[in-house]
Amino acid sequence: MRAAAYMIVTSGRQDLAHGEEPLAEVELRSVSKRWGEDRAVGPAVDHVSFSVREATLAALLGPSGCGKSTTLRLVAGLETVTSGSILIGGRDVTSVPPARRKVSMVFQSYALFPHLSVAENIVFGLKVRGLPSPERAQRLHRAADLLGLAKLLDRKPSQLSGGQQQRVALGRAIVAEAPVCLMDEPLSNLDAQLRVEMRREIRALQQRLGMTMLYVTHDQLEAMTMADQVLLMRQGSIEQDGPPCELYDRPASVFTARFIGTPPMNVVPATALGPLWQGLARAAPPGHGRDALSIGVRAELARLDSCGVEAKVLAIEYLGADTLIDTRIGEVPFVVRMPGRPRLVSGQNVAIAWDVSATHWFDAHTGRRIA
Amino acid sequence: MRTEAPATPLELVARSIRPSSTTVHAWLLLLPAMTLLALFTHWPALATFIDSFFSTPRPKRGATFVGLENYRQIVDDPIFWQALTNNLLFAIGTIPVSIGLALLMAVWVNDRIAGRTLVRMAYFTPTVLPMIAVANIWLFFYTPQYGLLAQLLSAFGGASYNWLGSKDTALLCVTIVAVWKEAGFFMIFYLAALQQIAPSLGEAAVLEGASRWYFFRRVQFPLLMPTTLFVLINAVINAFRTVDHIIVMTRGGPDNATSLLLFRIYELGFAFWDTSAAAALTMVLLTGLGAIALAQYIFLERRIHYR
Ligand SMILES: Nc1ncnc2c1ncn2[C@@H]1O[C@H](COP(=O)(O)OP(=O)(O)OP(=O)(O)O)[C@@H](O)[C@H]1O
Ligand SMILES: [Mg+2]
Repeated sequence: MRAAAYMIVTSGRQDLAHGEEPLAEVELRSVSKRWGEDRAVGPAVDHVSFSVREATLAALLGPSGCGKSTTLRLVAGLETVTSGSILIGGRDVTSVPPARRKVSMVFQSYALFPHLSVAENIVFGLKVRGLPSPERAQRLHRAADLLGLAKLLDRKPSQLSGGQQQRVALGRAIVAEAPVCLMDEPLSNLDAQLRVEMRREIRALQQRLGMTMLYVTHDQLEAMTMADQVLLMRQGSIEQDGPPCELYDRPASVFTARFIGTPPMNVVPATALGPLWQGLARAAPPGHGRDALSIGVRAELARLDSCGVEAKVLAIEYLGADTLIDTRIGEVPFVVRMPGRPRLVSGQNVAIAWDVSATHWFDAHTGRRIA
Repeated sequence: MRTEAPATPLELVARSIRPSSTTVHAWLLLLPAMTLLALFTHWPALATFIDSFFSTPRPKRGATFVGLENYRQIVDDPIFWQALTNNLLFAIGTIPVSIGLALLMAVWVNDRIAGRTLVRMAYFTPTVLPMIAVANIWLFFYTPQYGLLAQLLSAFGGASYNWLGSKDTALLCVTIVAVWKEAGFFMIFYLAALQQIAPSLGEAAVLEGASRWYFFRRVQFPLLMPTTLFVLINAVINAFRTVDHIIVMTRGGPDNATSLLLFRIYELGFAFWDTSAAAALTMVLLTGLGAIALAQYIFLERRIHYR
């Protein structure tokens, strides 16, 4: 297994080196996509710009309907842009047909050909391109070994489990040896345990083969654990673009703050904080009134402290290593995460506090981060 | 509770025959459909089979058992052989062309999403129209002097020609009408099957660099095999039971040039009132069709590697 993986790395890299474009950077410049003519409906993708460095994994993350799939399909060339340009490896491919963009894609539904065997499915594209049969067999067996499909090559897709089908779809993408691989929610049909497993496998594969990968998901955990770079989308625009830790530690907006992390970050109007405000006020960004500020705090950085703001315990979720305490500060929900198993009952009154350094400042109206 | 004596075999049989109320209900529910089926399908089929071994009853003498005499007469009848030849030519002319056209149109329509319902409707019209009406429309196309075809030809300086009145072209003319009618019908099946194929398969193929033709040959066509089998069996059966537009357009003429098997049966039975001969020919046709359908199932089922 290790040896096979090593072989594929070297061969993959060699093939890349032979191509005219050794770099497989993906770049979008102010790309927009509008479905239909209706001006009342906003564009599905709205002036999106980002760049994914070679051999890294970027996750396109966002809630349902925010334009992730559309963006991915624009990169693949399955849809045409309304405006803007797409570059792969420094080459403008905006009007290049999909087949000549040197990308492979794993579809959410896997898109396996039901009448072809696993082997035929994997080498479908190689056959199209007229690769000689020994070379085809060689690539097939390398991929099959790598993905643990060697025993299943003669089966039809309908005779495979979800995870196996997923690996066949991956296999088809790997043998293409395309420098860029696009994936549209490839794990969404799998059960929780298999997802965790496949997540690791995909990430490991991407690193071994040095692929540039654009990975669509609506699961923030998947994005956080796999990606080098997270592109958080919201209503067709990029809300924030950065490494996972940056999105977690310095969310650029309330939307990011609440989308990344479980439980979501607590966001409280500054006016609701009562006595706690005195301590925080000196660190407040200048030029903003108290009623124009929202304050964000991660659940694990808040603590129960008698000199904090008063809250009422609503529910207690015991998770094993720690416990989530669901409270209300006035009407505002606030979750505190505590280690172990605190002795609390619902309905009890507590006081919550946190350090100035744990405070995120947001503009209460725009939801953007201040400072 | 008293201990029950072991039931004798006879009692067991009686018990299983004695109808429980559920079985009675089941039979009652089946009864209407069964009656109709027996009355109008099974009984006529059986009666035809029996009649084919008897002479045609005449006012003076009733039907007498004649054994295979009716079948021997069929073999000796040159018009039967002509009708059979015509029918084979008609089948060879209609089946591949109508299926090919249907497939082509379905793929073409399926590739173009806009206006799909409207186009589908247009193709479906020939199927909805009664064959008698269709035949009348085509009769006008083919009419010499003022028919559509004649007018078109004369516009290009061609001479008027009696398409349906000539032994050389009459069969071709009725074949074209059948193709026109069948192709639209079969297309609906192909279109429905094509829309079952996930669009992502096409996209995956495009990304892999497959041409339209390659995708059709290697993916769409194999996935359509079950539909093709279904359509093929229908096409064969339809080719051998065509009668309505023959009656309207040519009445089997000129000189039996367009006489097909079913038309010959109709002619024997209702023009010459030789019902026994008609019954025997019906049995020949039925046996032939049954054999073809069976052969197609056995032969093609093995090649359809779907699922
Ligand atoms: N073919 C299409 N025609 C018209 N509108 C479309 C089409 N495909 C997507 N849309 C619209 O574009 C917007 C973005 O859709 P998209 O599929 O990119 O969302 P997504 O982020 O992938 O969502 P999900 O997580 O549910 O897959 C949606 O409002 C959707 O309704
Ligand atoms: Mg999507």
